[in-house]
Amino acid sequence: MPAIDINALAVTYTGVDRDTRALESIDLHVGDGEPIAVIGPSGCGKSTLLLALAGLLPASQGRVNIGGEPIAGPRRRTALILQDFGLLPWKTVAHNAALGLELRAVAAAERRRIVAEALDRLGLAEFADAYPGELSGGMRQRLALARALALDADLLLMDEPLSALDALTREDLQDLLLEIWRQRGHTAVLVTHSIEEAVYLGRRVVVLTPRPGRVAAIVDNPGMGDEGFRSSPEFLKRCVKLRRLLEAEGALATAATGSEGDA
Amino acid sequence: MRGWGRKVGGYAAATAMLLAVWELGSLVVGSPALPGPVPAIRDFVTAFVSDMLPHLGVSAWRVVASMVLGAALAAPLGLAVGRAPRVDAVAGPLLFLTYPIPKVVFLPVLLVLLGIGDAPKIALITMIVFFQILVTARDAARGIPTSAVLSVRSLGATRWQVYRHVVVPAALPDIFTALRISTGTAIAVLFFSETIAGTDGLGWYIIDAWTRIAYSEMFAGIIAMALLGVALYEALDLAEARVCRWTRAGR
Ligand SMILES: Nc1ncnc2c1ncn2[C@@H]1O[C@H](COP(=O)(O)OP(=O)(O)OP(=O)(O)O)[C@@H](O)[C@H]1O
Ligand SMILES: [Mg+2]
Repeated sequence: MPAIDINALAVTYTGVDRDTRALESIDLHVGDGEPIAVIGPSGCGKSTLLLALAGLLPASQGRVNIGGEPIAGPRRRTALILQDFGLLPWKTVAHNAALGLELRAVAAAERRRIVAEALDRLGLAEFADAYPGELSGGMRQRLALARALALDADLLLMDEPLSALDALTREDLQDLLLEIWRQRGHTAVLVTHSIEEAVYLGRRVVVLTPRPGRVAAIVDNPGMGDEGFRSSPEFLKRCVKLRRLLEAEGALATAATGSEGDA
Repeated sequence: MRGWGRKVGGYAAATAMLLAVWELGSLVVGSPALPGPVPAIRDFVTAFVSDMLPHLGVSAWRVVASMVLGAALAAPLGLAVGRAPRVDAVAGPLLFLTYPIPKVVFLPVLLVLLGIGDAPKIALITMIVFFQILVTARDAARGIPTSAVLSVRSLGATRWQVYRHVVVPAALPDIFTALRISTGTAIAVLFFSETIAGTDGLGWYIIDAWTRIAYSEMFAGIIAMALLGVALYEALDLAEARVCRWTRAGR
């Protein structure tokens, strides 16, 4: 699994009449197989960070290395999951899951085998011929995960992947993410608005400042991934600590009060 | 299957209603120029087997060829323009300036340049369809959510693959809708251009019958033209249902 090295990264959007600096002097190391969570005020550059890691946005300054390689474009084994899951409504569930393989010209028979396995793993086998429009929000999310699994992704980049789901489905999927991570040990960067989600799924939690985003704090989160962590005193303590940090960044109007509060 | 049953039932009811209104209208008007459905359909069948079929064929060929040509030229161009902000900065205003110009007024020019056969008619209808589809395809391409494009690019898609997997399918339903809507205009312009020049096509057939005061033939021609419109519209609807299956799913 690849480690991520972010070195003095800055990203600026060049607009027609003015430029927007979204990220500034980001220094961050994500260990091999480490899942981290990123949290921060709205508009601070969280999505920008993910797009830069995905190789879809060039750095204005600094550099990003993934698995020792400088990032210059999309990387083969990186899976990016956006808030609306990035599914294509005109492709069936199976074809959506197979898209990454199809783009890489993997042979059809091989593709079918891999996709069947991934869909089965995520409980979507019987919906292979349905369209995303016929799935529930939670199933769409699982389909996006199936696409990542089919690619054999070793780096998962997720932008608020669960924020559109109801509380119960979200907890289910948080557990599923955790389980997949335990099995596969991929490196992961999870952007979220939810303090509890960050603490539940991040081995470390990175707090960003308001735009232009810099690293305000990194909260170490030992115990993450342990059985029963969600109901342990450490979990609660860590949530409170993060909330304080976010309050200090003036972020709480948006990075709301945990799972029931976020927009 | 239940959907089919409902569709056929709906069509039967609509047809019955249409025939009733027609019958009533012809009774009220009381003129040989507007016969009731029974004699009109009888005359239609007679005309159809005697001398109308070639004209129907010519008209159908003209309108289908123009629509295919117009769409084939305009759809790729519109999608490309809509996805390229720099090109769009020039092409957008150009489109807004030229789109409202009624293309029909160029018929005389086309007649001078292309003669009085198929060419000027096909050129005229193509022009009209072209602009409809161009505007639609451009708007559709501009409206594609960035997240879909980013997701596919993150999977390593090339520019061409982004078109094939995202831009084209995303725009197809809108393009089909625009095509269906433009059938009405296309048939109207076809009629107009056939009445102005040439000696074939349903437009000519109708006007020729009118000058000969052959009202039953005239009306048979009108029915044929109406059927041509309906057939085109339904064919496009069927094609869309086949090509854009996802739009019917989950409704
Ligand atoms: N395509 C773009 N062009 C210009 N500016 C942009 C673009 N995308 C984002 N920005 C700006 O960059 C800043 C960071 O945006 P980004 O989407 O990364 O924030 P975010 O932290 O993900 O916000 P949110 O929590 O609301 O999702 C914002 O101020 C935004 O206005
Ligand atoms: Mg964002």
